Amino acid sequence: MHKLLRLTGAALLAACLLLAGCASTVSRGEPASGSNRDTPSRKPAPDFELKDMNGKAIRLSDYRGQVVLLNFWATWCGPCKIEIPWFVEFQRAYKDRGFTVIGVSVDEDGWEAVRPFLASRQVNYPVVVSTVEVEQKYGGVEALPVSFLIDREGRVANTHVGLVTKKTYEDEIRRLLD
Amino acid sequence: MKTKSAAFWTSALAALALSLPAQAPQILTLAEPQKVTVPRQGEARVALKLSMRPGYHANSDQPSEDYLIPLRLTWDPKAPLEPVEILYPKAKFEKFEFTEKPISVVDGEFEITTRFRRASGAAPGPAFLSGKLRYQACNDKMCFPPKTIDVKVPLLLQ
Repeated sequence: MHKLLRLTGAALLAACLLLAGCASTVSRGEPASGSNRDTPSRKPAPDFELKDMNGKAIRLSDYRGQVVLLNFWATWCGPCKIEIPWFVEFQRAYKDRGFTVIGVSVDEDGWEAVRPFLASRQVNYPVVVSTVEVEQKYGGVEALPVSFLIDREGRVANTHVGLVTKKTYEDEIRRLLD
Repeated sequence: MKTKSAAFWTSALAALALSLPAQAPQILTLAEPQKVTVPRQGEARVALKLSMRPGYHANSDQPSEDYLIPLRLTWDPKAPLEPVEILYPKAKFEKFEFTEKPISVVDGEFEITTRFRRASGAAPGPAFLSGKLRYQACNDKMCFPPKTIDVKVPLLLQ
């Protein structure tokens, strides 16, 4: 009996490992590319207050009523550098319709690294430097880029980990603005 | 006994289910360094054997872009051996979805070898070399924050 229990336990453990492995690679009820989560399944985006380059406090809740693309990035992250010019374009194109990007840098060196980076680019949206607390609120930020598309009610309508296409972002933003 | 076993497996499965999704993948693995015998005269060599998870890469020791964080091995200066030269693996130039041109990276299995000379006054007997290996890894779609691996190599000084 003891042996049987051990075997059953081992089989359950193996099944769990298999499921956990699948869960990390297969979409868990995530929307198809370019579309957003259904409204009832959207969770509130955790609020935060971080400082921008000039020391001005940026609170996510201040943007309630707008569609927000919250982008975690770093100066050493190649895929992030591909996305930033897209976000500059989105900010220009959709700002007047109630849209903003907020860039959250996770650079260990903080403004020492971020300030020169911003100076060399025409970034037209608010950029702040992260804290561990904020990263934990958003799931730990284990890989970059990570972006959260937040609807006008402050709920997360979409999440992207890693590089996706410009069209995917733009389709999702337009759907939330319409 | 039956109840205790079932409870154990239930707890183990619950803990596993909660912990697994939050874990970051192990991207770079350092094989356990072997003991190095250091002669009284001449040099000693320490080779670290490293293995990168398939599909991932780290920037080489001489990245091709200023913004990339290099592979960097540093040794504790208080060790009984003084580093003479650190030999990093030969870099590959690869193009990724997020790069306009190929960049200098390492991947797969590789070694970092350090040539040492014995520090003056280093006493015979067992000792350790301590160091840190810093790397920053990516795959084709995403990058991971820089990490540091602690390195400890057992020595036998003759």
